[in-house]
Amino acid sequence: MTERCKMDPYLVGSKSCFFWKKGKVEIVDDAEVQNRRNMMFTIREYVKVSSLEEAYELNQKKTNVIFGGGVWLRLGKKHIQTAIDLSALGLDGITEDADAFSIGCMTTLHTLEIHEGIHAYTKGAVRESLRHIVGVQMRNCATVGGSIFGRFGFSDILCCLMGLDCDVELYRGGRVALTDFTRMKKDTDILVRVILKKSPVETVYLSQRNTATDFPVVSCAVSKDMQGYRAVVGARPCMPVEVRDTEGILCSKAITEKQIHAFGAWAAAQLAFADNTRASGAYRRHIAEVLIKRGLRQLTGGNDGCGFGCI
Amino acid sequence: MKYVNQPVRKKDAMALVTGKPVYTDDIAPKDCLVVKVLRSPYAHAEILEIQKETAEKMPGIVCVLTYADVPQRRFTMAGQTYPEPSPYDRLILDKRVRFVGDAVAIVAGEDEKTVDRAMKTIQVKYQVLEPLLDFRQAKDHPILVHPEADWKALCPVGADNKRNLCASGLEEYGDVDQVLAECDVVVENTYHTKAVQQTMMETFRTYTQMDTYGRLNVISSTQVPFHVRRILAHALDIPKSSIRVIKPRIGGGFGAKQTVVAEVYPAIVTWKTGRPAKIVYTREESLIASSPRHEMEVKVRIGATRDGRIRGIAVNTLSNTGAFGEHGPTTVGLSGHKSIPLYSKAEAFRFQYDVVYTNKMSAGAYRGYGATQGIFAVESAVNELADKLGMDPVVLREKNLTREGDVMHGYYGETANSCTLDRCLERAAQQIGWKEKYPRRIMPDGKIRGVGIAMAMQGSGISGVDTGAVSVKINDDGFYSLSIGAADMGTGCDTILAQMAADCLDCSVDEIVVYGVDTDISPYDSGSYASSTTYVTGMATVKACEALVEKMKAYGAKKLGCGVEEVDFDGECVYNLNSGRSISRRDMANEAMCAAEEALFATEAHSSPISPPPFMAGAVEVEIDPETGSIQLIDYVAVVDCGTVINPNLARVQVEGGLVQGIGMTLHENITYDEKGRLAENSLMQYKIPTRLDIGKLRVEFDSSYEQTGPFGAKSIGEIVINTPAPAIAQAIYHATGLRFTELPITPEKIVMGLQKHAD
Amino acid sequence: MRIRLHLNGKEITAEVPADMMLLDFVRAQGCYSVKRGCETSNCGLCTVWMDEKPVLSCSVLAARADGHRVVTLEGCQKEAEAFGAYLADQGAEQCGYCSPGFIMNVLAMEKELENPTDEEIREYLAGNLCRCSGYEGQLRAIRAYLDARKREA
Repeated sequence: MTERCKMDPYLVGSKSCFFWKKGKVEIVDDAEVQNRRNMMFTIREYVKVSSLEEAYELNQKKTNVIFGGGVWLRLGKKHIQTAIDLSALGLDGITEDADAFSIGCMTTLHTLEIHEGIHAYTKGAVRESLRHIVGVQMRNCATVGGSIFGRFGFSDILCCLMGLDCDVELYRGGRVALTDFTRMKKDTDILVRVILKKSPVETVYLSQRNTATDFPVVSCAVSKDMQGYRAVVGARPCMPVEVRDTEGILCSKAITEKQIHAFGAWAAAQLAFADNTRASGAYRRHIAEVLIKRGLRQLTGGNDGCGFGCI
Repeated sequence: MKYVNQPVRKKDAMALVTGKPVYTDDIAPKDCLVVKVLRSPYAHAEILEIQKETAEKMPGIVCVLTYADVPQRRFTMAGQTYPEPSPYDRLILDKRVRFVGDAVAIVAGEDEKTVDRAMKTIQVKYQVLEPLLDFRQAKDHPILVHPEADWKALCPVGADNKRNLCASGLEEYGDVDQVLAECDVVVENTYHTKAVQQTMMETFRTYTQMDTYGRLNVISSTQVPFHVRRILAHALDIPKSSIRVIKPRIGGGFGAKQTVVAEVYPAIVTWKTGRPAKIVYTREESLIASSPRHEMEVKVRIGATRDGRIRGIAVNTLSNTGAFGEHGPTTVGLSGHKSIPLYSKAEAFRFQYDVVYTNKMSAGAYRGYGATQGIFAVESAVNELADKLGMDPVVLREKNLTREGDVMHGYYGETANSCTLDRCLERAAQQIGWKEKYPRRIMPDGKIRGVGIAMAMQGSGISGVDTGAVSVKINDDGFYSLSIGAADMGTGCDTILAQMAADCLDCSVDEIVVYGVDTDISPYDSGSYASSTTYVTGMATVKACEALVEKMKAYGAKKLGCGVEEVDFDGECVYNLNSGRSISRRDMANEAMCAAEEALFATEAHSSPISPPPFMAGAVEVEIDPETGSIQLIDYVAVVDCGTVINPNLARVQVEGGLVQGIGMTLHENITYDEKGRLAENSLMQYKIPTRLDIGKLRVEFDSSYEQTGPFGAKSIGEIVINTPAPAIAQAIYHATGLRFTELPITPEKIVMGLQKHAD
Repeated sequence: MRIRLHLNGKEITAEVPADMMLLDFVRAQGCYSVKRGCETSNCGLCTVWMDEKPVLSCSVLAARADGHRVVTLEGCQKEAEAFGAYLADQGAEQCGYCSPGFIMNVLAMEKELENPTDEEIREYLAGNLCRCSGYEGQLRAIRAYLDARKREA
C-alpha cells in the first residue's frame, strides 16, 4: 500500500468513544482523549470585551471562541482567530438571594468549592464534586462557565449541578433548565451564569476514580425532590443523564434496603455505558448501580458502607 | 565518623528550593535554534519520499534534515560501557520507521512557532508496512524489524536480527527438571509487566553549541555524560575529541536518561550549521518516544518439598525491547539474576530468556532494570507456593531465604558476605502486624483488608565493568575540591561523596566543594546507573582521599624536614609524631601555590569484581472495597539492608520514592497500544502516576549489614526499593479477595470483574 | 498585544503574542523557577500566584494577567528559603525540579487553610506531582514547618 499523507506532527488523532444506544452507533466527542497534541494552539487576537453584546457579536464567527479558564481549550489543536475574554464583565462571583445562588460564568471552580453558602445549602455535594479535580491550582483556573458550556461527559460539576435544581442563563437564549441545556447543540450563544435554585432538593454526589485526582470512571448525583427520587449519572463516559424513579420503586415513607437495591439495578439498566481507556462499559454500569445505591442510603440516612457480605 | 551516616543537607538544596536557574533549559543561550523532530504516524513503514523544500524556504528555518542527511553508521543509544551489549541498530534518521513516534525529520529554526509551521508543510510519502506488535509472536516472525545488512551486535548476547532476536540465552545450575519432578509441590505461572515510564518531572532536553576550539559542546540532562560523548561521536561519525559533554542539575532520571534519547538531534544541527541549538521534549514525546521499562512475560516454575524446602526454580523470560535494542540484552539478565538468588538454598535453577524486537517504542533502563519484573514473578510464585503448601508465606521464606555466607549460584556464584535479609523480613512482618492481620480482616463497613509481603535484591554496580574515578585537590587556605564523573540526578551523590571525603580527610563537609560533570575536566565515570555511585564511585572517593592524605603527609614531612614515616595528618595539620612540630593544611595549601614542584592533587579509580546485593523486605496492608474494587493502601513497611547508610535522609527518600513508583506500576500506570501501534497513555492526563492521595502511610527502616568491599561498609539503595510493591500488593489483594493477579496494573475494574466471575 | 502587570512587585509593560502562556512570559522575564512538566494541566510544576491565588501558569494566557499581580518563587525568596530549609532538612527536594511549584502551593496553602490536617494538606497539594520523593518527606517538611510557625506565633 502506498499512501500519500500530509504528515500530522501530532501523530494520532483523538480516539473517539463509541456509544451504543438502542442499536444505533454514534460517535461522541470524548474531550478527555483530545489531548494528543504536541504543539500549542494559536490565537491571533485577544479581546477583553466590555459588554456581552460585543462578546456575542465576536462569537458568531466560527474561528472565534469564548475563553473561559483556558484549561481545556488549549488542549485542542485549534487555530483561533479571536479569543474572547469576559473577565472584565464582573461575572466572576457568586451572589445569593432568597431563591437562588447566581454563579457567574467566570467564577473559578475553586471559588465555587469554598463558597460557604453553597456548601451548606448542598450539604457538601458541590464541594465533593470539585475537590477531586486535579488540584487547587487547576481549579483556580478552570471556570464554571467553561466547564458547563463544554458539556463534557467527564464533568463532575455538571453531573452534580444536574442533580440539584439549576438553570443556565444564556445571553440570547435566556434561562434554560440545565438538563435541557445539556441536550442542546453547541452554538454560538454565551453562557452568562448558572443559577442554583434553592428548591427543596437533597443531593448526594459520589464518584468512582481510578486514581484520586483522575477523571471519574462514573460520576453520580442522587437526589430527592418534590417529584421523588432521581439519579444523574455521568462519565459513562458520555454526558450525564438523569434517571427519575418513574416506576415508583422508591414510593414509600421508609425506604428499605430492598427498594434501594431495586432502584439501583433498575436505574443502571436504563443507561447506556461505553468503553474507553479508563474503564469498560460493563464496569461502569456496575459502578453506577453501586453509587446510586450508596447515594440513596446516604439520602435516606442509612449506612453508606459498601454493604457487601463476607467472602 | 562525623559525616557518614548523618542526615547532611544536600549541597545544592537551597539553590533548588529557591528556584535558581540551574537546569538545562534555564541556562541555554537565548539564541539557540529550536529543534523539533517530525515523527512517524505509522508503526512500520518505509519512507519513499520527503518533500521538505517548502519548509526549508520558510523564513526563520535554518535546516531540515532527513535520512539522506545523516551518517550511515549504525550505533546504539544505550548508555553502557563500550563495547555495548546493546546492538548497533540505529541511525539518527532512518529510511525505515519502526514505531509510532520514530524520527522522520529534524527541523531547526529561530523560534518554536516557525518550526511548528514548517513541520506542517513537510510531506512524507510512506510505504506502509504491516507492523509486528505482539511480542509473543515476534521470534522468527516473517516480519523483520531490523532486516538491514549493517545491523550488528558487538557482544555475544545471542542476538540475531533475522529472527527478531535482540538477545537470548540460557543459564543453569544442577538439573532443574529432575529436581522439579521430584518436588512434592510445584507452582507454575506466567507474569506480565508492561513498559511503564520513568516519568521524571524534567523531560529529555539538551542544548549544543560550538566552542572556541571548534568543538561540539553538549549540555544535557543525562545520567551518563561520558557515554554521551562516545555515542554522539559514533552517531555523528566524528572524533570523540571533538565533543565535550556537560551535565548541569537534572530534573530526575530513574534510568530514562541512561539512554541518549534526545542528544543527537541538536548535536547534528549544531555540527552542521555551527549554530547553538536546543531540544526540549514535550511530555508527549517523553511518553511515546523515549526509553521505558522492558515489557516482560516471565514464566516461573518453582518446586518445594511438602515441609516447604524450595528445591528448584526455573525462570523463562520473554522481554520486549521494542523497535531498538537499548538495554535489551542486559535488563533481561536481572529478571533472573536478582530473583532466583533470593532463594540460594535451592539445589537447581534454570534461567532462560529471549529478547525480541517489535514495532513499539524502544525500551530502555528504568530503576530496577529487569529485576523489578523478575521479582514480581518469582515472589508472586513463592506466595502462591506458600498458599499451595498451606504455609504462612513468611515462614516459607524464613526457611529458604538467602542468609549471610550463602553462595548464590544464580548470582554468578557470589557469596552473600553482607546480608540481613532474614532480619529485614522478620522486622517487616512484625511492623505490619503480620501475625494479627494475615491473611485478611473484614472491616465493620464491609471492606476487606489483606496483607502481603515480598523480598528483593539488586546489585551494587556492574561487577568488573563499572568504573568510577574521583579527583581531589587542596586549594588556597586549605579547602578541598572533589571532582567526580558520576551524575547527581537529584539523588544527592555530590553530597554523599563529599560526606565520605570529609570523613576521610577529617574536615568539615562544608570545606569540600564538589564538581560534576564535565567530560573535559571530570575524571572518568561510567555514569550514575546500575546502583553504582555509592558503592563504586564512593570507593574511588575513599581511595582518592587516602592518596591525597599520603601526598600531604609527604609534602608536610618535607616542609618539617623529617621523614614521611615520622608524620601523621589529623585533618588540620601534618605533625611530627615525635617532636610535635606541625604544619597546617592551610599553610601547606598556600605554599603549594608558590614555587611548588608538587601538586597536592590525587586521582584514583575504582571498580569491583563483585556486585554485593542490597536486600530488603516490603510488607503491605491494603483495603479493598469489594463493591467498587477500589484499592486503598493502608500501610507499607520497608526494611532495607543497603549496608552502611551514608545519609539517612537521602536513603529514606530513595526508599519512599522507589516504593511510590512501584505502587504506581502495580496499581495505576497502564500502557495500552491500539491495533495500529499507537500508545493511548501519552500525557500525564492519561498516564497516571500516583499523587500524594494515592499512597498510604510509608514506613521505612534500615537494618544494615557491613559490606567489607564498600566505602564505609555501604552497598547500594537506588534501585532495589522499586521491587517489592508489585508482588507484595498483589498478594495482599489476593488475601483480601481470593483473586490472583499476574498482570499489572491491578485496577479496581479487574477486581470487580474478577469477583463477579468468582461468584458465578 | 500590550499588557501591564505587577510581576514580583514590579510593574512591567510588555508586548506579547495573544497565545503566549503566562509560563512562557514569566520565563522570558527571567523567572526561571517556573517549570513545565506537562502540557495538560496535570503536574503543578508551573504554579505561580495570580492575585494571591495559586494558578497553573501553563494554563493561563499572559493576556489574562493584564492588570493583575503575579508572583513567582523569585518574588518570595525569603518565604521560599524559610520553608525550603525544612524541605532540605528532609532531603525531600531531591531533583528539585518540582520544588518551585510545590513551594508556591505550600505557601498558598499556609494562607488559605488554618491548622490543616495531614489529609487536608495532601488534598490541597494533590495537584503537585513529584516523582522522586514519594511525597512522605514533603509532608514531614510541611508538618515541621507549620509546627515551627505555630510556635513562633
